[in-house]
Amino acid sequence: MSKTAYTNEEIKRAAHNVRKRVLGLCIDRGGCYLTQACSSAEILNTLYMRILNLGPSLGNPDAQRFPGVPGPENMNYPKGSLYNGFDYANPDYTRDRLFFSCCHYAVVLYCSLVECGRLGEKAIEKFNVDGWNMEMIGAEHSPGFENTAGSLGQTVSIAAGTAHAYKLKGHTGRIFCMLSDGELQEGQDWECFNMAAYYNLDNFIVVADMNGQQLEGWTKDQMNNEPLIDRLRAFGWEVQECDGHDIDAITRAVDTPHPGKPLMVLCRTHPDQGMPIISPLMPKHFITVNDAVRESYTRFYENM
Amino acid sequence: MKLEVNRHNANILRMAEQHPEILVLSADLGTSCEVKEFRQKYPDRYITTGIAEQNMVSWAAGLAREGFRPFLHTFAVFLYRRVLDQVEMSIAYPNLPVVFCGFVPGITTPGGVTHQSTNDIGVIRTVPNFAIFDIGDATEIDSVLDIAYDYNGPVFIRQLRKNVPRLFPANQPMQFNRARILRSESAADLTIFSSSICTEEAMKAAAALAGKGVKVNHLHVSTLKPFTDPQVVEACRNAKYGVITVENGTVIGGLGTCVAEVMAEKGIAKPLVKIGLRDTYAHGASKMFLLKHYGMDAMSLVQGAEKLMGKPLGITEEDIGEIRFEDFSAV
Repeated sequence: MSKTAYTNEEIKRAAHNVRKRVLGLCIDRGGCYLTQACSSAEILNTLYMRILNLGPSLGNPDAQRFPGVPGPENMNYPKGSLYNGFDYANPDYTRDRLFFSCCHYAVVLYCSLVECGRLGEKAIEKFNVDGWNMEMIGAEHSPGFENTAGSLGQTVSIAAGTAHAYKLKGHTGRIFCMLSDGELQEGQDWECFNMAAYYNLDNFIVVADMNGQQLEGWTKDQMNNEPLIDRLRAFGWEVQECDGHDIDAITRAVDTPHPGKPLMVLCRTHPDQGMPIISPLMPKHFITVNDAVRESYTRFYENM
Repeated sequence: MKLEVNRHNANILRMAEQHPEILVLSADLGTSCEVKEFRQKYPDRYITTGIAEQNMVSWAAGLAREGFRPFLHTFAVFLYRRVLDQVEMSIAYPNLPVVFCGFVPGITTPGGVTHQSTNDIGVIRTVPNFAIFDIGDATEIDSVLDIAYDYNGPVFIRQLRKNVPRLFPANQPMQFNRARILRSESAADLTIFSSSICTEEAMKAAAALAGKGVKVNHLHVSTLKPFTDPQVVEACRNAKYGVITVENGTVIGGLGTCVAEVMAEKGIAKPLVKIGLRDTYAHGASKMFLLKHYGMDAMSLVQGAEKLMGKPLGITEEDIGEIRFEDFSAV
């Protein structure tokens, strides 16, 4: 059963544990999305342990076999949203929902679910293992995922469409979408931002991990997104910026009133936060652990 | 033959009254897709997305997940070509009941290549979970929305608008995955499969062929996916000289390909003539001109029959008559 109130110390500890667990996987498997864990650990754990109003997990705490792709004969497979307490068969529309667009962060999401008791620790052994439900890039059935987010730019629209549906039906729950700054180069995001403001979706909150990196390097060296605050305000959004490693700052930013407007929270983060051994490699989309660094990484892991 | 006007308008209003969870989404072409009256009558259920189809498709996924039934309205070409990834990942993968009402299919627009959906069937056929309906007359317009509503998954409709002939009896609605038999012979020389606006032409050709003593089966096909109608297999078997398909789009991936796959799978070793756009984009011009120019009219079908039968049949343009005039001056 998941707790509902956590102290800053507990959230900080959870973020630390997520980093450590992902580093452990990185060493075991020869590589992982470690920088994403470093940049987003406080954001995700603050969302789960403080900000989001979620019901208890309804998902199986153990890893599950891949339930097959959806289709006319397979619509009732266990959905990833169960782990966020949302069951399509018995929905509670007063609670919040989280749509996870930055799907490369799947490992960070799984590990965060472990920290708040929504997924068993042992389940992580099946992360990215053939035939199981916790793929490297998750889909509808993966713990914590509402949808299949692997093609960037779509989840923000799906989440906004859901927020629009909540408005039309008078549901009070909020719809959150988490994404990362590289995705903001997709045109569809801006089509969505335009429409979300037009329909006054003040039940819609986007939380962005602004770690400043993307696959080929620093975001600023690939395609400029700035000045993002001005751009988003011009689109009709309420925009807040915060230190994405500061639990209170994230909480305050998300709590900003935004009547009649959707809210964007830009969390400025570092892709090597809490992980100085990878600092010389920044920026880095995927951290590989080979024989040359295994020992030093393992030593660092053991001292975490 | 009676021409009906704005049947989609009447039917989407009827559906909206029956099913309060139906929403219409429009990417700024609603008035060109017969949902102007819907907007007036149900302003709260008419969602304008602006000219932003990618967002519209994914947004519809969010609405559908919460129990709404989105009916997307724009030209068919804008519902598959520029939005294929959204169609696949936002809608098809999770098998959401979203209905794509794609207007001016194939060459039924003077808008030229950017507005002509000529390979939509071939593309959408490769997408799992989708059903595809290609509309041929007013009776089908009157029935397709109900079929789409009842289908467990996403649906792509190549819909006709404005003046549409009623080729089939109003009391005999379109049936899911079942071809409509327009002519049937116990020992046929040829079998014709036609779809969309080409059925009107094929009916003229079939009549002219019959007038010359050729025994013709003619089946109108409106469900392009799934494509498992046993009547199709039967009609392919019962065709002494071979099979002709005629469709409103490219011959690669559409009706002709569907029939070819059935023939191959069932081991029906007969010649097949596929009539349609022959691996080409098309000029922006009137339907009348394009049907003739690209060899998709009744006369082209007659030539296909002559080829299969290996002899001239003595059918002239006068025997068939003019292609029905249609005013497409308004986009």
